[in-house]
Amino acid sequence: MKIAVLSGKGGTGKTLVSVNLAFVAGHSVYIDCDVEEPNGHLFFKPRDVKTDNVSVLIPSVDEKVCKGCRKCVDFCKFNALAYIKNRLYVFDEICHSCGGCILLCPRNALSETPRKIGAVKKGISDQVAVITGVLNPGEASGVPIIKSLLDSCDADAPYIFIDCPPGSACIVMESIKDADYCVLVAEPTIFGVHNLAMVHELVRIFEKPHGVILNKCFDGFNPAEQFCLDNKIRILGKIPFNNELGSANSDAKIVSKEINAYHELFSGLLTAIRQEAQHEAITNT
Amino acid sequence: MKQLLILSGKGGTGKTTVASAFIKLAGAKAYADCDVDAPNLHLVMKHKSDVKKTDYMGLPKAAIDPCLCRGCGICMTNCRFDAIRYSEENGYSVDLFACEGCSVCEALCPAHAVSMNPAAAGELRLYRNDSVFSTAQLKMGSGTSGKLVTEVKNQLKEAAEGIDLAIIDGSPGIGCPVIASLSGVDMVLIVAEPSISGISDMERIINTADKFQVKTAVCINKYNTNLLNSEKIIRYCQKHNIPYSGRIPYDKKAIEAINNGLSIVEIDCSSGEAVKSVYRNTIKLLEGGTLC
Repeated sequence: MKIAVLSGKGGTGKTLVSVNLAFVAGHSVYIDCDVEEPNGHLFFKPRDVKTDNVSVLIPSVDEKVCKGCRKCVDFCKFNALAYIKNRLYVFDEICHSCGGCILLCPRNALSETPRKIGAVKKGISDQVAVITGVLNPGEASGVPIIKSLLDSCDADAPYIFIDCPPGSACIVMESIKDADYCVLVAEPTIFGVHNLAMVHELVRIFEKPHGVILNKCFDGFNPAEQFCLDNKIRILGKIPFNNELGSANSDAKIVSKEINAYHELFSGLLTAIRQEAQHEAITNT
Repeated sequence: MKQLLILSGKGGTGKTTVASAFIKLAGAKAYADCDVDAPNLHLVMKHKSDVKKTDYMGLPKAAIDPCLCRGCGICMTNCRFDAIRYSEENGYSVDLFACEGCSVCEALCPAHAVSMNPAAAGELRLYRNDSVFSTAQLKMGSGTSGKLVTEVKNQLKEAAEGIDLAIIDGSPGIGCPVIASLSGVDMVLIVAEPSISGISDMERIINTADKFQVKTAVCINKYNTNLLNSEKIIRYCQKHNIPYSGRIPYDKKAIEAINNGLSIVEIDCSSGEAVKSVYRNTIKLLEGGTLC
């Protein structure tokens, strides 16, 4: 079962939730799709880490063959090619690797060469396989890394947890595409609610079964809870605001490993998620 | 116009909280929200003017005319984005979420069955009276957020001619929207959080800003949630010669302020008090001064 954890807003507790769910699940896979700022590995401290580079294909020109017809330049919708002073220039960073220039060049003057944009790292921490995507600073898009992350995971594991990037753009969509269930993590601020509404729309567009975990809960009015009640969204559980939790988490400790009460709390959340996901699967078939 | 950009790497460290406080303290006449994926600044900046909305057009997206399609599948074989689907029932069609608008399918289709159609990828919003506020919302699941960020900044620049200071709220991460927001700014203030995750992310955003040769300074938010990690951030700044412009405590009242649609300097609270000195130091650095 693939469970994606997302939130829209950053810093609501996606990594806290996905790391601890994976830990209490035991035999599981944790995939960090927040390739711009991956943090799950800081908690798991995996050993036996193997690194595979991720590359994208970028055109390169054989200057002896290119006659400067500019078909490629005119075709490229991303403006990644320019012909200046009898030379073809390729702007690697803005190329989307669509391959159009290569297909259209009448003289076959262009070929593709790989360019490294980041890496996928796989290691193990207790019973959890930890897979992390890392985008190199200065690179624009982590989508190719997410694709290779999701291709590389062991589909036989009973639980696969996908820690998503913040936002609701293409990179999040890519992360939740294959998920069986989506967990939305929300904090009790109007910022949290505004961004929860966005990812809620996203999971609805993709028709993903979903539920909400309310994090950093205080006594009193919780605007995120109200949003769930108003929109009839299933609340999977609440994590109260707590200094001990905050402090352990800020030191990159897995709280359900350190503190018994949190082991219970996350085990309860996992049970709720499993029941919801199975219920959804049955109603949909 | 001097432009100050607020970034953090990690999400949820307090970019918008700091940006909204700075805007109030500076009485800023120009400001923008470049977090087009998840914009929030408008929730605490109640701008009293009508909003001018403009569609943001992304690249056109492909569509296959089923009457012309001969079912050869060349489009599907050559699409690098897995955006062409096939079903017995409907033949070949385009997944609009996956299509990046490269036009390869249009160029290759022997039956000329593919056309490229304009598609809105988001919405630009401009508020303007005695001050200018430029923001946008990217459409769900869209790409090209970097281009929309550039549009937000262009809109700000055009509307804010003659204004000497602009404060820009950025997005989390280090990818395309962040890179687009870095272009042309005079300084980046990084709002760091004293957690192991926060420190790792801070280092990655500092490296990114460095690659694009933009000056940075660091402040710490919620510093008292982990004093040892706060010390680590200060030592990191000293070691790498990055100006440190101060710290803001964790403050429950800050959440109250935000939930009432106010910035932290509009109510009486400890975080609001602390952000004032961060603001003074940051402006001094922005104007080319040094901190003692």
